[in-house]
Amino acid sequence: MPPTDERSNRSEPSSEPRSELSTFASVRRLHPYVRTALPRLAAGLAASLGASLMALAIPRVLQWVTDGPLTAGARDHDWSGLAWSVALVAVLGAGEAGLILLRRTLVMFPGTRVEAAMRMSLFRHLQDLPVSFHDRWPGGQLLSRIMGDLGLLRRWLVFGIIQLVVSIVTIVVGVGLLVATGGWLGIIFLCGAIPVTVLAFRFSRRYRKISRLSQDQSGDLATTVEESVHGIRVLKAFGRGPDALDQFTEQAAELRETEIRKATTDAGLTTALRVIPEVTQAVALVVGAYLVAQGDMTLGALVAFFTTTAVINGPVVDLGMTLSMTLNARTAVDRFFEVMDTVNPLTDPERPARPEPVTPGRGGATGGHVAFRDVTFRYDDAARPVLRHVDLELPPGTTTALVGLTGSGKSTLAMLAPRLFDVTVGRVEVDGVDVRDLTRTQVRERVAVAFEDPTLFSASVRDNVLLGVSDDLPDAERETLLAESLEIAQAHFVADLPDGADTRIGEEGMSLSGGQRQRLALARAIAARPRVLVLDDPLSALDVTTEEAVTARLRDVLAATTTLVIAHRPSTVALADRVAVLQDGRVTAVGTHQELLASDPHYRHIISSLTSEPTPSPTSQEALS
Amino acid sequence: MTATTDQPTRHRPTDAATDDATLLGKEASRAVRRRSMRLLGDLLRPHTKALAWAALLVVASTLGQVAGPWLVAVAIDRAVPALADGSGTPLALTGAGYLAAAVLGGVAAGAYVRAAARIAQAVLLDLRRRVFRQTQRLSLEFHESYTSGRIISRQTSDLEALRELLDGGLTGVVSSLLLMVFTFAGLALLDWRSGVVLAVAFVPAWLLTRWFQRMSQRYYREQRTASARLIVKFVETMTGMRAVQAFRRQPTTEAEYGRLGEDYRDANLQIFGVNGRFQPGLILIGNLTVVAALAVGGWRVLDGALEVGVLAAVLLYCKRFFQPVQQLGMFYNAFQSATAALEKVSGLLAEEPTVVEPARPLPLPGGRARGELRLDHVRFQYGDGPVVLPDLDLTIPAGQTVAVVGTTGAGKSTVAKLVTRFYDASAGAVRLDGVDVRDLASADLRRAVVMVTQEAYLFSGSVRENIALGRPDATQAEIEAAARAVGAHEFVLEMPDGYDTDVNKRGGRVSAGQRQLLSFARAFLADPAVLVLDEATSSLDMPGERLVQRGLQTLLADRTAIIIAHRLSTVAIADRVLVMEHGRVVEDGTPEELVAGEGRYARLHAAWRDSLV
Repeated sequence: MPPTDERSNRSEPSSEPRSELSTFASVRRLHPYVRTALPRLAAGLAASLGASLMALAIPRVLQWVTDGPLTAGARDHDWSGLAWSVALVAVLGAGEAGLILLRRTLVMFPGTRVEAAMRMSLFRHLQDLPVSFHDRWPGGQLLSRIMGDLGLLRRWLVFGIIQLVVSIVTIVVGVGLLVATGGWLGIIFLCGAIPVTVLAFRFSRRYRKISRLSQDQSGDLATTVEESVHGIRVLKAFGRGPDALDQFTEQAAELRETEIRKATTDAGLTTALRVIPEVTQAVALVVGAYLVAQGDMTLGALVAFFTTTAVINGPVVDLGMTLSMTLNARTAVDRFFEVMDTVNPLTDPERPARPEPVTPGRGGATGGHVAFRDVTFRYDDAARPVLRHVDLELPPGTTTALVGLTGSGKSTLAMLAPRLFDVTVGRVEVDGVDVRDLTRTQVRERVAVAFEDPTLFSASVRDNVLLGVSDDLPDAERETLLAESLEIAQAHFVADLPDGADTRIGEEGMSLSGGQRQRLALARAIAARPRVLVLDDPLSALDVTTEEAVTARLRDVLAATTTLVIAHRPSTVALADRVAVLQDGRVTAVGTHQELLASDPHYRHIISSLTSEPTPSPTSQEALS
Repeated sequence: MTATTDQPTRHRPTDAATDDATLLGKEASRAVRRRSMRLLGDLLRPHTKALAWAALLVVASTLGQVAGPWLVAVAIDRAVPALADGSGTPLALTGAGYLAAAVLGGVAAGAYVRAAARIAQAVLLDLRRRVFRQTQRLSLEFHESYTSGRIISRQTSDLEALRELLDGGLTGVVSSLLLMVFTFAGLALLDWRSGVVLAVAFVPAWLLTRWFQRMSQRYYREQRTASARLIVKFVETMTGMRAVQAFRRQPTTEAEYGRLGEDYRDANLQIFGVNGRFQPGLILIGNLTVVAALAVGGWRVLDGALEVGVLAAVLLYCKRFFQPVQQLGMFYNAFQSATAALEKVSGLLAEEPTVVEPARPLPLPGGRARGELRLDHVRFQYGDGPVVLPDLDLTIPAGQTVAVVGTTGAGKSTVAKLVTRFYDASAGAVRLDGVDVRDLASADLRRAVVMVTQEAYLFSGSVRENIALGRPDATQAEIEAAARAVGAHEFVLEMPDGYDTDVNKRGGRVSAGQRQLLSFARAFLADPAVLVLDEATSSLDMPGERLVQRGLQTLLADRTAIIIAHRLSTVAIADRVLVMEHGRVVEDGTPEELVAGEGRYARLHAAWRDSLV
């Protein structure tokens, strides 16, 4: 392992972060998010408790009516007692339902609001974190946090906490009543209730572990499915469909085994949860009947016992589950803060430098001087630096081609200019100011990039191309920019799309070819009208004719813009005034194409065609003269 | 699809496209339902015995559950007086009965959960395999119109909906339903008047449940849509973070994400709202039923017409009756989405591939392909689209290397797709060694003809596994030899774990060029008689291309090859060049002949020379 860079943050994603905090302390970190919701949550809790007490009161009335009015009334033909108790049960029953309605109405707003607030702050933080963070954290890890974990927290806030308190209170009050009125019967019930809670808790833990495994396995299965669809041409070309099916079957069978194991665990619990309380009831029935026969207990008390246990049995099971849910919620909180606590190593300076403002929509005419000064860069997880002591000047208005073998650090160097990464040592200056003394917005207003792998978003062609253009610009001007940049990038195909520039592309829209995507990405960089343009091999997916057309138009545009273009081919180099050769993380030569061809064997090796050998061929000799 | 493949992606409606349509005619929707029911029957048929056993278990378990209150009534009304008279037998019997019902019912309940899971999982595995096989079986034409996202969700989220239904939901609902029926029956047997009370109470409960189903179906659908949008937006933003940050879009994406988050919150609120009224509503109905039963029963007790123990049992039954209703209401949602999923999946399974295996395949002469290709007056169009190849007549002798050049849309890639039988010719025939490719068994054809495309797709797994895709039974030595032959061996050795290095999902640190070399190694290992390279060298840099060029010489020796390229450097090694224009061959000759002439190729070649050093 390489020594850790002081400024980098090396938190790695993990599915079960270990936190030193207790569950309570861990959950308490939610306080800033739940603070405003607390009064309503407390009111909901009160309503919920009221409902439970009413539910527990109903059996008491039934006991009273059995022992009193019904026994006595049958003798005296007095119906008023019955009428009163019927009315009382009706009031209690309606009250229970009303309070539950009240509780659910009270907690639903704060519950969802807390979730939404936490989701937004996580999203904001993720957008702020630098590219290096996103390179390290797989998308799935972040997705499961922002959807799965926060959803769990919402359910816990809305149901979990209240359920926890209500279950405990219901059980304590209910068992208290049972012991007080049923004596031995209450104790018998308690003997059955304790193992049920423990079992439910233990089961939930075990069940969660198996569900995790089953989730992982179905995730793997989904990956296999995805790859089998995306790689369908390869599979078909080699006739490997049957092999893929075999592999898939193996994985699916594994998942089935896990699912059956899960069901077996579930079956065990179902049996236990049915047998234990019912056996307790059976014992209570015999003992109770005996006590009634002995005259030590009233018939009403026996009836009340059974109706009360019907009320408490639910909470006894729930308590175990809710406890387990609380532990899961705690894990969710930890996983949430694991990302939230990641410090952004690439921040805006407190007092940013104030370079002359960039006029929106125009640019390029003035400024745009970029300098890499003694730049060394090492990725956090790499042993060796990718770039070592790079010095490179990009004078205003010039176009420099960056040439080097795969892995020589070209793309990395290009990413330093818009401050997508920060240098490890040295500095990058734009118009004489260290980019670290500017806010990221300031830097990126000045420097635009077209990436080698063009990322398009699910939006219209227009929105994709005008991504870097201020929304405040008048519509007419935006349209002109759009038309112009599409024209320069030779993206004429846009006019033939079903809705022209309004056609939706990306995930849910039209699928475009690699060359079409690349031209849109190029148009996007041009439309941003930056002073400095970074083009990462912008023409690689274009055919010869299109490449030629783009090059011709691009040369005009680039005349006024400082450009760094990463080139793999002579045709791309032709865009540039000068060439910088990057070899093993160092700039080894700078000059014009012709100069370097003559003087630099490494350059010849990289750029010269197949027909010419490392020794200059007659053709290149001619070109030199 | 690449810049230079000839056809833009087509979105033609196929039968499958209707599976997402929400507005189906009555007749059509009945047909869809019939189709999905047929599929369900098909899937369940092998499990008839297991299903019968599961049904037996669930009945036993429910009977055990319903026995409780009845035994309480018996104990109060018979056993207590008997005990008072000095006879303990009835009480002992009742207690033993209760105990037996508890143990038998509980054990049966557990056994039912297990049995149901076994059936459900067997059905799911069967269905998963069917859909996967079908996906592989369907022709490329289908895959180009049915987007990858949709076919993936058929296999993931739709099957997940079915799993959710089968996993617990169904088990719960069957026992809930039975419990309600048995509870009602028990009550009616015990005291038919109380049964009438319960039957009356069932009416509002039923109405409430219908209301709940209607509302929650709508809201759950909204919630699913909202959460899907939220997820897509999130994934897209995170994957495209470089572009988002480089173009300073954080405020806009944040606003959009926030809006979607609000939609999701609203959808959740609506669901909470519906559930929050349904649950207390049921509790209210249950409690009022107890009140009514108490009033009616109590009055009759006072009249001496009803025993107190029976009243106690009646009250217990009433209280218990409405508990499962809630579960039934919830289940309906799972049921709905599972039905919809099954309809979509059955639609996919009903698709017929346009490129079909021959019923009676012909063997290749001599058992092994020599590699002579003949396109016999081939005409081709995508569906009813414009004609791409009007009438192509071409013979490629075994062992020849043919380069095909031409502008975008000239029909180059179509030729590749026909030769590899990704598509079938609309008219005319493609023959390999004199045999129509439509008469060849798929395994024979794929052994003989292999294509390498620009998108060198790597599957997750090691480098070794990716190369071995060309021939799964290859030894390590053979894999290394293949890598050496195309010039991939060196960089593979430089990777952290050599051939065991995991190329992760996004290709890891394997560059586009290296990926391409790996796919060449794959093809080399497969050792086909005919090799088709469709823009396979376009992502390589110069040294990479030079490297591959040497590899290509090895790769192409002794076999027929069709190279489609826009880099003329690749063309140089060809024996023969075809220039295509609007689906026709306009020039045909050796590279030297064409360069010497004054045709398109000569012009292209001159331009290309100029662009070089």
